[in-house]
Amino acid sequence: MAQEYRVLLEYADKINPESASDYIKVGGYKGLEKARSMNPKDLTEEVKKSGLRGRGGAGFNAGMKWSFVPQYPETKYVVCNLDEGEPGTYKDRIICQKNAQALLEGMAICGYAIGSNQGYIYCRGEYPFVVELLKNAIGNAKESGALGEFNIEVRMGAGAYVCGEETALIESIEGHRGEPRFKPPFPGVEGLWRMPTVVNNVETFACLPFILTKGAEWFAGIGAKSYPGTKVLTLTGDIENATYFEVPTDYLLRDVIYELGGGVKGGKKLKAVQVGGTSGAFIPPQNLDTPIDFDSMGAIGAALGSGAVFVMDETRDIVDIVNRIAKFFEHESCGQCTPCREGTFHCKEIMEKINNGRGSLKDIENLKVLTRVMVKASLCGLGQAAPIPITSTLTHFEYEYLRKLM
Amino acid sequence: MDIKLTIDGKEVVVPQGTMLIDACRQAGADIPTFCYDPDLKLAGSCRMCVVQPKGWRNLVASCVTPAQNGMVIETDSPDVIESRKVVLELMLSRHKLTCHTCEKDGECNLQDYCYRYGVTESRFDGKVHNLFKDDSNPFIERDYDKCIMCTRCVRACDEITGARAINIMDRGHHAKISTAFDGELVDSPCVFCGQCIMVCPVGALTSKIAAGKGKAAQNDKVLTTCTYCGTGCTLELNVKNDKIVGVTSNRDPELSPVNRGALCVKGRFGWDFVNSPERLTTPLIKENGEFREASWDEALGLAAEKIKGIKEQYGPDSLSMFSSARITNEENYLAQKLMRAAIGSNNVDHCARL
Ligand SMILES: Cc1cc2nc3c(=O)[nH]c(=O)nc-3n(C[C@H](O)[C@H](O)[C@H](O)COP(=O)(O)O)c2cc1C
Ligand code: SF4
Ligand code: SF4
Ligand code: SF4
Ligand code: SF4
Ligand code: FES
Repeated sequence: MAQEYRVLLEYADKINPESASDYIKVGGYKGLEKARSMNPKDLTEEVKKSGLRGRGGAGFNAGMKWSFVPQYPETKYVVCNLDEGEPGTYKDRIICQKNAQALLEGMAICGYAIGSNQGYIYCRGEYPFVVELLKNAIGNAKESGALGEFNIEVRMGAGAYVCGEETALIESIEGHRGEPRFKPPFPGVEGLWRMPTVVNNVETFACLPFILTKGAEWFAGIGAKSYPGTKVLTLTGDIENATYFEVPTDYLLRDVIYELGGGVKGGKKLKAVQVGGTSGAFIPPQNLDTPIDFDSMGAIGAALGSGAVFVMDETRDIVDIVNRIAKFFEHESCGQCTPCREGTFHCKEIMEKINNGRGSLKDIENLKVLTRVMVKASLCGLGQAAPIPITSTLTHFEYEYLRKLM
Repeated sequence: MDIKLTIDGKEVVVPQGTMLIDACRQAGADIPTFCYDPDLKLAGSCRMCVVQPKGWRNLVASCVTPAQNGMVIETDSPDVIESRKVVLELMLSRHKLTCHTCEKDGECNLQDYCYRYGVTESRFDGKVHNLFKDDSNPFIERDYDKCIMCTRCVRACDEITGARAINIMDRGHHAKISTAFDGELVDSPCVFCGQCIMVCPVGALTSKIAAGKGKAAQNDKVLTTCTYCGTGCTLELNVKNDKIVGVTSNRDPELSPVNRGALCVKGRFGWDFVNSPERLTTPLIKENGEFREASWDEALGLAAEKIKGIKEQYGPDSLSMFSSARITNEENYLAQKLMRAAIGSNNVDHCARL
């Protein structure tokens, strides 16, 4: 039977996440020590070699991202993305609550690699208790001397989903409206206060201490070859065990639902599963035998995203769910670019019309044109991904739409 | 360093760092834009200027994407055309489409691009937001039911004028341009320079002073220098039936070298005195407490004679010259020269010292 494989969460509930000494007792801060004994270039190479790819959704090779950071100017920043705005996702909160020191250590490792002494954690506004926890953990780590020169400040978001997008996040830390910037320039070259900045997800940072202590090869050998390591998943919806799990990345989606998840709630049949958060594709049951890693998910037109797994049983009304998702995006669009600002609104309008039994084939046609343009022409990932629930359900569950038409 | 790329099948060579939009224009492609303004910081937000780089998954906004060596670009692929059309339709779906009475009719980007792409109406049902509010100021009409949210006004206000009177308020589909607390311009730091009107690509911001007197696109344009102060800004007079009916900006740095189209409230809005019946149009001489009209020769002769008389009777220092900021540097130079060389006094002063 497929098992959980805990790396980041190995000592969950066994140590006090705020306490540096607890963490050190179970081998913590050894990774940072090792990192600091290396040449920063070699350290970046080591991380590259581990194959660690971003856990925030885009799946970019972490070491590669760091290698784009120029040596000068001297002021550089390490930013941790703990915005976690994706509905159904709470794995970053869990990592903080179970092992906050690993996150701090990971950030310090990155800081050493790129030559930065200043880190920021941008925390979701709905997590004030995590802010408290992190502040205590940082205080504790500073006192213990484990972080050395490296400083970390916690900044709090104000509830905008788009502020999870790395450049909107940077704007928000700077005190501006949370609007994504166009790229290039990428944050690695021009980020926080226009200085070179590495933005990584909580889970990405938290992997680093283990990569350093156990070696890049060890990490590269876990799970899927092209997206190695473990992934923390959060299960929600019609599932028996609606909780979180850490699994190797070659774990099958079917096993996530039927082994760890304990199957669909009440023994019902599965209608669809949405992986990666609200902007994820709806995956039909016939695609369940897919590993959860980034590329395998991509191959079936889905995305691992944040690792949220939202299970829908046979009684669920797909069009109604997609309509709610469309409302979410209409509300969360920053309003900067035309395809998303107006497109999310019209997606919602058309979905509502269809859901209320007033839609026609023409509406579906218009929806297809509109979503195509949003994906191709929006400025940031929000507008590019917002249509995916619609397009994926039009592909796999078209009959659910058709039966609601006038 | 120069780089080479292929645009619509044509090879072009541009310096590294060139944006795609300029490379495309160099290749002869007419790229439509709304938010792009070469004098302002880039926004890359309207997505009208999208082009297709070969092998890339998505389209890119050419105004914010640097050209790369070896790129192969299509500026009118079916995807590009579809995107531009949909962008236009999305704008139209909430637009107060009243071209017939719009001041911008004939030189409006939205109108022009809809014409170019054959967009008569929107496939998407929307409605005008009803954002129009009467803003009590005498100069600027703000009709945000025609706004396409390009933010050029916000950037011009900040970057050219430095007033920061307006910004974006709210989010998503509800985002709109507003002053702090969504009030009126008079209660904001607005200085009524009208730079926002100058950059607005549509008819959302227009001059109240020129309203109804003639659509700018149909007026004759006469370049002149503003007479209000010595800065010497170029004005573009809008002339209809031999009457001044408005002032607009000419942003060509060759033709408007001093101000590149930027003006102040006086230059842009203070021209209606030209046609005022109260305006002096000939010199006047006061006789027995009453003014009468006179010719320039007579008036200047009289002034010269009086000045000479005073100088002879009381000496040159009994005279002083008070000159004006409303004349040019050269004229001010001549004024002090007249005082020092012809009259022989150093009593020269200027209103700008007050
Ligand atoms: C709309 C939007 C929301 C996002 N939200 C998050 C988020 O909550 N947390 C996160 O880590 N990344 C989020 N991302 C991805 C970030 O932009 C960025 O890719 C990521 O933080 C990089 O870290 P990684 O390479 O470690 O994954 C979001 C992206 C978009 C477009
Ligand atoms: S895609 Fe949406 S969220 Fe992203 S910049 Fe455009 S309007 Fe803002
Ligand atoms: S702004 Fe342009 S499209 Fe809109 S009414 Fe005026 S001329 Fe027509
Ligand atoms: S008139 Fe000038 S100061 Fe006032 S909003 Fe427009 S640009 Fe800003
Ligand atoms: S008022 Fe004009 S310049 Fe300002 S955002 Fe709207 S369309 Fe653009
Ligand atoms: S003109 Fe390029 S995005 Fe607006």
